[in-house]
Amino acid sequence: MKVKVLSRSTEDQTRSRSNDIHKLQRNLDPTLHPFEKAREYTRALNATKVERMFAKPFVGALSGHVDGVYAMAKHPAKLDWLVSGGGDGDLRLWSLSDQKSVWNTQAHKAMITGVSSFLEGNRFLSCSNDRTVKIWDPTVALEDSHSKSVHLPVATYTGKNAFSGISHHRSDNMFATSGSEIDIWDHDRAEPVQTLNWGVDTINTVKFNQTETNILASTGSDRTIILYDLRTSQPITKLVLAMRTNAIAWNPMEAFNFVAANEDHNVYGFDMRKMDKAQNILKDHVSAVMSVDYSPTGEEIVTGSYDRTVRLFNARQGHSRDIYHTNRMQRVFSVIYTMDNKFVVSGSDDGNVRLWKARASEKMGVRDYRERAHLEYAEKLKEKFANVPEIRRINRHRNVPKSVKTATQRKSIMINSRKTKEENVRKHTKQENLKDRIPERQKAIVGVKK
Amino acid sequence: MSEKKKKDPVLALMPKYARGDANKAVEGVNKLKDKKLKGTIKRREKTYKEAAYKAASTEILLTEEAGFLEPEGIEKTYQLSQRSLAKEVDISTSHKMFNLDLKFGPYAIDYTRNGRHLLIGGRKGHVAAFDWQAGRLGCEMQLRETVRDVTWLHNETMFAVAQKKYVYIYDKQGTEIHCLRNHIEVNKLDFLPYHFLLTSIGNSGFLKYQDTSTGNVVAEHRTKLGKCDVMTQNPATAIMHLGHGNGTVTLWSPNMSTPLVKMQCHRGPVTAMAIGHSGTYMATAGLDGQLKLWDLRSYKPMQEYFTPTPASSLSISQRGLLAVGFGPHVSIWKDPFKTKQTSPYMNHLQAGSAVDDVEFVPFEDVLGFGHRGGISSIIVPGAGEANFDALEANPFQTKKQRQEMEVHSLLEKIQPEMITLDVNHVGQMDKAPIQVLNKEKKEAWAAAHPDESTELKYRARGKNSSSRRHLRKKAKNIVDQKKVDLLERIEKDKKERAKKRAGNPDEPVTALDRFTGKRRKMD
Repeated sequence: MKVKVLSRSTEDQTRSRSNDIHKLQRNLDPTLHPFEKAREYTRALNATKVERMFAKPFVGALSGHVDGVYAMAKHPAKLDWLVSGGGDGDLRLWSLSDQKSVWNTQAHKAMITGVSSFLEGNRFLSCSNDRTVKIWDPTVALEDSHSKSVHLPVATYTGKNAFSGISHHRSDNMFATSGSEIDIWDHDRAEPVQTLNWGVDTINTVKFNQTETNILASTGSDRTIILYDLRTSQPITKLVLAMRTNAIAWNPMEAFNFVAANEDHNVYGFDMRKMDKAQNILKDHVSAVMSVDYSPTGEEIVTGSYDRTVRLFNARQGHSRDIYHTNRMQRVFSVIYTMDNKFVVSGSDDGNVRLWKARASEKMGVRDYRERAHLEYAEKLKEKFANVPEIRRINRHRNVPKSVKTATQRKSIMINSRKTKEENVRKHTKQENLKDRIPERQKAIVGVKK
Repeated sequence: MSEKKKKDPVLALMPKYARGDANKAVEGVNKLKDKKLKGTIKRREKTYKEAAYKAASTEILLTEEAGFLEPEGIEKTYQLSQRSLAKEVDISTSHKMFNLDLKFGPYAIDYTRNGRHLLIGGRKGHVAAFDWQAGRLGCEMQLRETVRDVTWLHNETMFAVAQKKYVYIYDKQGTEIHCLRNHIEVNKLDFLPYHFLLTSIGNSGFLKYQDTSTGNVVAEHRTKLGKCDVMTQNPATAIMHLGHGNGTVTLWSPNMSTPLVKMQCHRGPVTAMAIGHSGTYMATAGLDGQLKLWDLRSYKPMQEYFTPTPASSLSISQRGLLAVGFGPHVSIWKDPFKTKQTSPYMNHLQAGSAVDDVEFVPFEDVLGFGHRGGISSIIVPGAGEANFDALEANPFQTKKQRQEMEVHSLLEKIQPEMITLDVNHVGQMDKAPIQVLNKEKKEAWAAAHPDESTELKYRARGKNSSSRRHLRKKAKNIVDQKKVDLLERIEKDKKERAKKRAGNPDEPVTALDRFTGKRRKMD
């Protein structure tokens, strides 16, 4: 009779010296690992709870501005640098790693309405209600800043009216300003080289597309969004929305997509080729959205609102994934997603620039391989069980300021009653044109002109 | 490429590691209209497939092979005695064959999940815990009262003993840590390691679940079937199976006060029960002299055997061997579920001592059993899983590893609410129709808001009904679910009244109809 019996020697199965690592025999046979799904769910639940426990997004407040911060710009290549312009004409350069202001000057005599960073070099531009645009180079000034001398601009351009926004061309020595009309400036000319206007009294902002570099988007106070092509010097599209648009951000990865922060509490995502309908609507704010910015990956969006909160959205979803607020933060007028995709910066009425983590519970600093693997695993599990009610509830819960909470409730009541009314009208009207349901993504669009 | 694919031996192993049917999933995906979702799911399915392939390809690292007995010529495996087997095997294995003569029997035994530690409890109060392979005694004590059952808790540091009246928990030194006063006159104990639940059943017929990590009693179920001394857990689903005096086997979860399943298994009392490792097969034995093997997916018998003496104890090994203890005999059957076997795989006679509790040792080719005269351990080649998973149950665990595992298993403790017949229930899509979901939602809302009820008192008929009054009071410009419900009901009532008033047009009109409120037929 042939006999074989299991016989394991302890020497084979255990480490021989205490310096060795333990032997860890694995067998992935599913019957040896019962309750796989239930255990994974428990892990996912724990990971979700831990994530919410460690959600502390606020990194620090950069104080220095005396008046509110109404304009900010990031440096496309330097993670550390941030430029902000205040309501009193104070222009500041911040070192984000030190959370300190490293350079500042009284740049303008009136409110700074826009700042723009160069793509190459360390220069940046600022524009103001005092009808000037100035180019600054902090590195030059930093070298001879031993005595607290007044920093002088590299160049100054004077316009006819107050400027409301500025945007620099990706590669050319060219920038656009908005005001009573859109002016295109050359660095070497004192007068604008081109002026664009399509029957709008005031332009709020102007934004160059950084990928399709000759495309320019502007928003007007007559509720319009107008796209121009500088190659033909012709407008491409004019879109009229129900309410005014405050800010625009181009998707850095998908050149044809942009989002528009609207006065009606929503952010509308558009494809510039198909403007007759919004591609996405980002809802959740309870007051006008004042500023918007894309993450460098184009997957995330940060918005700052008049309701004193900053919200973070997944660019492809309709509702925010997080909301940031503090007791002292007032109306948020400018937000920026940093180029490393890890932080967002908000500038508000109270004169502080605030630095936040883009993912509230992310651990900063170096993580070793095992920790990283563990976190990745937890992330995947959370994704897998994201729609289980218990996990969804924990994941969605946020403590929001009372004002926001009541406003949200009030708004939902208003929206519901409006819906009911529309539905009733639709049901009982004799007018044929009122009988069709208008898709949510077309409701805000009044008209498109090409 | 296709030729190469055919030759890949890993592909043949893949189905074992696959979760769900990939082809079915692809079929469903192709019907989707959302392109983005389609892409996401397809990518995910690909990942799952890759994971199964990778898991299957790790089989090459499983070095150990399972034991076996191969008869040559006219030899029969069931003729092989332990004495002659001892000559064939190496010394360390022959040490696993032993017999302890103890005089406090019959003995109940229990092995830890890694098969390393053995706990024995003699009916007359003798309890001992030891590392049986190294021969290291953990603790030994004489409790001076009846001991009916013993069980290890989550690891070898704690165990529970069902004594004369209460259940007690001891630590590895034998110090009493807890007395569980709500488990009274317990006959059988079991422990669900992933849920940290100690379960007990006794003379009163109450099945009790106690969480050993928090100390809470999770559930107490009245079986209403009297005294019970047969209890087994389904290792794959954590459902408790109870065998009763009337021949039924009932399946319990802590979440339902009635049995999930009731099976009439025998014509007399159920004496023993065992459930296979994968949770799909169950073996039961009854006083009617039957040994039945059941498929737990269909709850139907697969095979029926006759035992000359009713079996007192059953156990199924990790590789599917079935041990049957009856009288002084232990017989082991190989593949009894697949086909009806004519002869056992092995036989053992414990002369003069009735076998009480048989149990296969996990990850070893060993069967231990307690009998009237002590405990015995015999070699059964091919019983145990050859390759253990050190992160699940490690026979060579160090103290640090054990401590770490304890912390991890506590963090990953599965809540008792998740014990269901379908283990993969959590995270699945609720495919119930929308009406059912809405009803559930409404019920949940009503449970959370006990003082706001949609039910209204019925008052006298008339324009001023309570629901109308409610609507009037709530006459804001809000349309909520409650209001919609009320309006619907008023409309429905109105129609019903109209219908009642109209009466059945086919029915003849009589003079008495004027009193019933039926409208006179207009002709």
